[in-house]
Amino acid sequence: MEISPLFFYLFAGIAIAFSLFVVFSKSPISSAFSLIVVFFCFAAIYALLEAHLIAALQILVYAGAIMVLFIFVIMLLGADKEVLDFKKSSVFLKCSAVLFCGIGVCGFAWVLFHSPILIGTGPHSLEKIKMVGGNTRAISELLFSEYVLPFELTSILLLVGIVGCVVLVKRKSL
Amino acid sequence: MSVQINPQIVLVFAAIIFFIGLVGVLVRKNIIIVLMCIELMLNAVNLTFISFSRILNHLGGQVSVFFIITVAAAESAVGLGLVIALFRTLRSVDTDSIELLKG
Repeated sequence: MEISPLFFYLFAGIAIAFSLFVVFSKSPISSAFSLIVVFFCFAAIYALLEAHLIAALQILVYAGAIMVLFIFVIMLLGADKEVLDFKKSSVFLKCSAVLFCGIGVCGFAWVLFHSPILIGTGPHSLEKIKMVGGNTRAISELLFSEYVLPFELTSILLLVGIVGCVVLVKRKSL
Repeated sequence: MSVQINPQIVLVFAAIIFFIGLVGVLVRKNIIIVLMCIELMLNAVNLTFISFSRILNHLGGQVSVFFIITVAAAESAVGLGLVIALFRTLRSVDTDSIELLKG
């Protein structure tokens, strides 16, 4: 892929460092703020991969809406006490989790580097997207023609989500 | 400028982020941080979709990411509603204190 290695490794390094901080930081507030940094790095990588609409959506929806919701709930519940709660889980669980995930990453890497090299044969090459009028236009044309049924179904899903939230929060007890 | 980067490296980076999120889900006890780690895993999956959409020259991956972002927004809203309901009942956000089904 013709993307700038300097920027890719920069943003990937920042994303890995801050996602480790999300998992292992003491206070939920600082882990929420480092999650915002991770989302911005992901948006930058999406932009490097020529997915401009998704990069904008990532910043608007994830770093904007979802993280505001998270920080709002943390502050509402007053749950930002600094507790190292992963010290409470047993050593066996921690070791097996880290070991399992290490094996998972190595397995993924082995499979990816030993599988045949993929060749782009799809209909949307970069030149064709440029000819149609850009990434956003190409995606929206797909969204309202080929994928129109899932698009309408997501609106039903959002409606169910809104009603579910109201019902959950309005009830007096669980 | 035609500097090539191996597509597998991007996919391995997404796998690393996914497994960091999985460690968080398994190890942490604060339910809000567990939800944040689930968001991290969803983002890693999105990155995999987008890099495959770029590798294979097909925009279907980016459309799928659009839907995943919508589902993630709905999921985090409902999840945080559940956290608030739990906090009202138990006065705690610790996953170990959720034992209402224990006899």
